[in-house]
Amino acid sequence: MLLILCPYCGPRAEIEFRCGGESHIERPGPYSEVDDGAWADYLFTRKNPKGEHRERWLHAAGCRQWFNVARDTVSHTILAVYPMGKTRPPTEAGT
Amino acid sequence: MSDVAASKGAEAARRGPFAGLNLDTRASGVTLADAGPCARFLLRGGGAAALAVGMALHLDMPREAYGCATDDAGRAMLWLGPDEWMLVAPEDDAAALTQKLDAALNDLAHALTDISHRNAGLIVRGPQVADAINAGCPLDLDIKAFPVGACTRTLLAKAEIVLWRIEADAFRIETTRSFAPYVVALLQQAARDQD
Ligand SMILES: [Zn+2]
Repeated sequence: MLLILCPYCGPRAEIEFRCGGESHIERPGPYSEVDDGAWADYLFTRKNPKGEHRERWLHAAGCRQWFNVARDTVSHTILAVYPMGKTRPPTEAGT
Repeated sequence: MSDVAASKGAEAARRGPFAGLNLDTRASGVTLADAGPCARFLLRGGGAAALAVGMALHLDMPREAYGCATDDAGRAMLWLGPDEWMLVAPEDDAAALTQKLDAALNDLAHALTDISHRNAGLIVRGPQVADAINAGCPLDLDIKAFPVGACTRTLLAKAEIVLWRIEADAFRIETTRSFAPYVVALLQQAARDQD
């Protein structure tokens, strides 16, 4: 069980949240210049790192807001929490 | 045409969300009671909409998590998210509230939904109340962490609820109507487990 720091509600239990997968995936474009490989990458290819991962979470059974989390996939340590639309702040792990 | 619609002279009867449910917990430390019918609205909107509603209802709109504003007329404005509030009020206030809210929000981007009949309100009370709710809810319900007046949307096992501490030993639980039997059964079991 993770204790996730919602930027709006404070620390709350993981079961109140939904994970929305990897953050900061940019849709390629303009459309006419995107080949099948780039589009497939956008849809399906994910980093799946061992270590720090940036991911989107939704406080579904709470304030219903989306936000970003930097989480270590080995230790489950949450390294940073920041709002949607913000650029990646550096963390101590340094990625 | 269905039999019900075809049968002449049949009168529509009002059934509350707890009709037919026995609310007795058979436990010494926790009691359950139907909060009764009331007016409920869900407001989604930005700062301008919140400001307009606050001025129209003379309520200091809660702007932070767990915040709640109440007045002498029995209205309560519960913060559910940075752009979402739930308004609970006496049932006979519904028409006047609708009028006031419509006028206040007229030109502003917002969503206002009457959920009076969607929800079921339950009053859970007693010296073991926090422990019983914690049987299905992960929040820290210590009086220091979740004081009187605190409210939030959260989970009670598989049911999504709005939890609102109305007294040190009493909570109001709002859930969707179809979850009422589940929430009652869960709290009855949790209440008996405290004995
Ligand atoms: Zn939240």
